[in-house]
Order: sequence, then structure tokens, then C-alpha cells
Amino acid sequence: MSHQPLRQAIDPLDPLHLDGLLSEEELLVRDTVRRFVGDRVLPDVGEWFDQGTFPREMAQAFGDLGLLGMHLEGYGCAGTSATAYGLACLELEAGDSGARSFVSVQGSLAMFPIWAFGSEEQKQEWLPRMAAGTAIGCFGLTEPDSGSDPSSMRTTARQLPNGDWVLNGTKMWITNGSIADVAVVWAVTDPEGPDNGAVRGFVVPTDTPGFSAPVIHKKVSLRASITSELVLQEVHLPAGAVLPNVTGMRGPLSCLNEARFGILFGACGAARACYESALSYSLERVQFGKPIASFQLTQKKLTEMAIAVHTGTLLSMHLGRMKDAGTLATPQVSIGKLNNVAMALRVAREARAILGANGITLEYPVVRHMVNLESVYTYEGTNEIHTLIVGNALTGIPAFG
Amino acid sequence: MPSTVVAGSFCYRRVTVGKLSYMNVVVCVKQIPDPADPGALDPTTKTLKRDGKLILDESDSYGVEMALQLVGDSGEVTLVSMAPNGEVSGLRTALAMGAAKAVLVSDDALKGSDSLTTAKVLAKAIGRAGDYDLVLAATESSDGYTGTVPEQIAEVLGLPSVTFAKSITVDGSSIKVDRQTEAGYDEVTCPLPAVVSVTAGVVEPRYPSFKGIMAAKSKPVDQVGIADLGLDAGAVGWAGAGQEIVEVVAAEAREAGEVIEDDGEAYNRIVTFLSDLKVI
Repeated sequence: MSHQPLRQAIDPLDPLHLDGLLSEEELLVRDTVRRFVGDRVLPDVGEWFDQGTFPREMAQAFGDLGLLGMHLEGYGCAGTSATAYGLACLELEAGDSGARSFVSVQGSLAMFPIWAFGSEEQKQEWLPRMAAGTAIGCFGLTEPDSGSDPSSMRTTARQLPNGDWVLNGTKMWITNGSIADVAVVWAVTDPEGPDNGAVRGFVVPTDTPGFSAPVIHKKVSLRASITSELVLQEVHLPAGAVLPNVTGMRGPLSCLNEARFGILFGACGAARACYESALSYSLERVQFGKPIASFQLTQKKLTEMAIAVHTGTLLSMHLGRMKDAGTLATPQVSIGKLNNVAMALRVAREARAILGANGITLEYPVVRHMVNLESVYTYEGTNEIHTLIVGNALTGIPAFG
Repeated sequence: MPSTVVAGSFCYRRVTVGKLSYMNVVVCVKQIPDPADPGALDPTTKTLKRDGKLILDESDSYGVEMALQLVGDSGEVTLVSMAPNGEVSGLRTALAMGAAKAVLVSDDALKGSDSLTTAKVLAKAIGRAGDYDLVLAATESSDGYTGTVPEQIAEVLGLPSVTFAKSITVDGSSIKVDRQTEAGYDEVTCPLPAVVSVTAGVVEPRYPSFKGIMAAKSKPVDQVGIADLGLDAGAVGWAGAGQEIVEVVAAEAREAGEVIEDDGEAYNRIVTFLSDLKVI
């Protein structure tokens, strides 16, 4: 037991000294992404959000840095630890959930299934370009009538006698859909066919006849991110377009687990940006003759926000270490996403309150994060589905149906 | 093949025909306390406390970037640094940007070294870095601001020195340097090898790529003490310092700015003000 006197001071931006848990390499990744976001995302993201766009050229900037598929090995990917990937997501989402979504979709939803389940030809064709950001990927699982229950999907894959495939159906809420060069599309096969109606994944070049991706407009959340439908009308693909090494829902669900892992870190980034914005605002905004940070009600908010942000980040790092050790379980990813996204929403709303009327303008990052987090709360497994995953793990009783 | 000329305790390579086909550049870099953290002076030694985390001095990132651009795919950038406690985190940043290797001098006896001693130590470390064609350094560090070390290194090594470079182009066995001045820039030609100080902000330092970060782990950092460099403890640090910090005083508080009421002639006052600052 140590009897050293405790120091009194803490760093308001790292009150639990979580930097002390990171390796030199992880700190360098984190600091590099933080600098990149400060230089390349934050100056313009308010405008992107206002215009409802995300510039395609950012893909190559992400690629140059090594962000795309960064935790994958080979094929031009950097091969970092899962924790380093999480930290990169955290810093990106401190910029904007749209920037982090781009990287999540490219790395975890589009590159990961090709890397994990693809043929060598598919990997060689797509992964190096996707890692460099010269080819953009998207992931088609959700449909207009199939969200939390993805196995109810209606998109079909019909195999022709020569082995070729024909895809038909519609996918919905697809990040990067209309700017993608390749889509990883999940579809049900013929119940009478060799896969007995199981779900299979397909690598679909987006210039294939019959493929289109209309943009979804009028979003008020994740505006600095492109969201589309995917419409597949008699899309004819060669036999080699199917992902050969996975059959059934395990394929898409394992991709979602990868993405959710990035999200549980990313949400802490959005929350941190809101907390830091509120902290700095409260020290500058003077009312009743003193900074509003002097008032007990504000200090209560700031204290609760700091604790929430940094305990959430601590949880993320713990789960990151487990993923790197190969011991992380799906319900633990759900615990992380459940806790951290809900935390981030609470922190964003408190921060908005501290900023008063200024909190509703895009001059400050808070309201942008707040509305973005409404999407993050729902995508990659809704709050409700993650609750049921944990409930199932705790009780042994599935309550999904 | 370039010929190697050995001179004194170090050796360098001189290429006499055409552009350098292969170029080795040494960059002197300093690891400094993170400017984002409030710095503090040690009241006893009157020097900056350096016991916290150290990072790559941003002003050195321009020299690293310029060196990487100069060598391209046919050459090597070597870092040379002096730091307490064997600190390497700042070096890893520059290695992740693309430098090939580093020499780090770290020794308790170096505490209190003045700029001339620093130059002597770095000159010895440069000799340990292998063949080189060019030595780059920042014009000044962001913590000490003496702005004299590059020229002192040149003098110790017996090499020509060019200061305030905004661009460098290699032409056979010499370099052409655009050297920043108050009025514009001078075009200077200088034989190689040479020591050149690089003005901050003249190039855009690249981000360390993640592949670079992963590779930096296994890049060699040659950590040496002063004995390895053939230096005597009495000649460095407090013992060897030729200068003494007598007193440290707080900077004067910045005075309030002047408010000029525009009576139709205010522009004259503004022109005079800017002219006095030599801005126009």
C-alpha cells in the first residue's frame, strides 16, 4: 500500500490520465489522427454538414494516412492493433460522426468481409485500392423493411446454371452508397439451391448494369456523410463475385461487430468534443459578473460530463485490450456501444445546455454532434437490440422475437 | 559510385558529376516539452524543466520534411538528437515520417549544456551517423530559441553554413539555397557537404503514416553516452558551459493596443505603424 501523498492537480482534458495506459505507438497514432482532424476536418466540417455533403477527396487523404482498413494485415493495410483502430475512430468522431462513419464503413464493413471471407482474386483486386482510398466501398445489409431483423431480407441471389449470379432487391441507409466503387451486398439464395436459402455476400462493382444508388436527402443527422439506397435490378455477376468463405448471417454480423467496436470508441470522441467545448465556453461566458463555470450547477454538469466521457473511454480501452488479446465477446461489444453512445448523447445535451442559445448553431460543434449521435444510437444495432443481446447473454433467454 | 573522403573524425561523401544519385541527409532534431502543457523553469538551474513527456519540436518537422523530399527514394535521412533520460518519443515521430535511423546522445553529464557544447556533442554524433552529404537543422528550437547551434555545428565540423533556407535544390556537388531575408530572399550556392538551417513553415510536414508508425518501431536508434563519442564529462554540461544564466525575470505584461479614431486620416497612422514594423 502506497503512502505517497496524492497530487492535487489533474489535467482537465485527461482527468483520469488515460494517456498513461497507451503505448508510444498508440499515442503516436492518436496524436496523428487528432492533428489530421484539426487540420483537415474541423475547419470545414460545419460547412459540409450545412451543405449535406462529404468530399470524396477526403478518401485519399484518409488512405494516405493509413486509416482505411488500418487494423487489417497485408494488401496495403497498416496492420495496427485494434486499440489503435479504436483510438483513430475516437479522434475522427471528435471531428464528426460522418468522418468516422466513412472510415468504419470502408474498413470494417467493406474491406473486412473481403479480407476475411474473400477469394485471393477479390482481395488483390480491391483491398490495396480501398486501403489507398482510390476505391470506395459500401455495405448493403439493411433494407426498407428489414432493419433489426436482417435475416428477413428480401434481396435475392439467383444462381444460373453456368454458376453466375443474378441479384435483385433494395438496400436502405447505405453510407457512401452513391460514391462507392464497390458494394458488399448480402442476399438470400434460392431455398432449393446448393446453399439452401442461406445468406451469401457478393462483391458488386457499382458500374455493373442494373445497379443504382439514389441519394437519401433531407437528413437532419449525419449530414456530413453520404447516405443512399442501393437498387439492384437483375444485376448479373460472375460466379467469382460471391464471397467464398462464409455462408449465413455470421458473415454480415461479424462485419457489424467490427464496426460496432469502432463506434464504441468513436462515441467517446463526440462526447469529448462536446465536453471540451462546454468547458471552454463556460470559462469564457460571463453572466452575473463571473464566468458561468463559477456556478455550482455548471460545475455539476461539467463534472458529470468529464466523468462520463473518461470512464466511457476507459471502458473502450479495456475492450480494445480484450480485442487485441482475442478474448472479446459479442455481448461485451454491445455493452460498450450501449453505454458509450447513450453516454455521448447525454453529454451532448448537457453541453448544449451550457452553451445556451449558442449551442444550437453550427459555430460550435455541440449540436452537430448531438444530432449525429441520434443516428449512431440506432445504426450498427439499435440500442434496443444491443440491450437484448446483453439480456440474452445474462439470462440465457433470447427475447428478440 | 561516389568517392568517400575521410576528414578528421568523420567522413562524408562527395559527388562531383551530375545530380546526386544517392543522398544521405542528417537532420538535427530536438525533443522538447509539449508546448500544450504549461512549461516551468527550474528555479535552481534557471533552465526549462524537462522531466515530463517530450515531443518532436515542430520547428524540426520542417527540416525532416525537407530532407525526406530531397532524398526521395534514393537516399536516407538520419536523425541526430540530444535528450535527457533516453527519451525517444519525438524521434519515433520523425522515424514514422520516413527517417531511416537515429543517433541519440543521452547522458546525465549533459545537463546544463550551453549551445556551443550542444553543437560540439551533435557534431560528434553526426560523425557517428555515417556518410552524409548535407546536415539540416531548424533555425532555432521552440523552447530555447538561441538560434546559434546550426552555425556552431558547421564551425565545429569545418563545413560551410547557410541559414534561413526556404528551399534547397541539389546541383551536382553543390546546393542552391533560397535564403529568406527581411526583404525577400537571396539565392546562395554552396558546396556540399554543408550545414543548412531551415526556416519554419517553408514546407508542409507530412503526417506520420500508420505504416510508418508501425515501421518506426523497428528502425534503429543508436543510443550513446558522451564516453561513446570520446567526450569528457568535464567538457560538457554545467562543467563545460561557457555561459551562465545569471537571472530569469518574468516578461513584461503586454501593453494595451493603441486605438486610432478615424478622422479621415487614420490610414496614415496605420501605414506608419506597419512601416515601423517593417511589414510594408
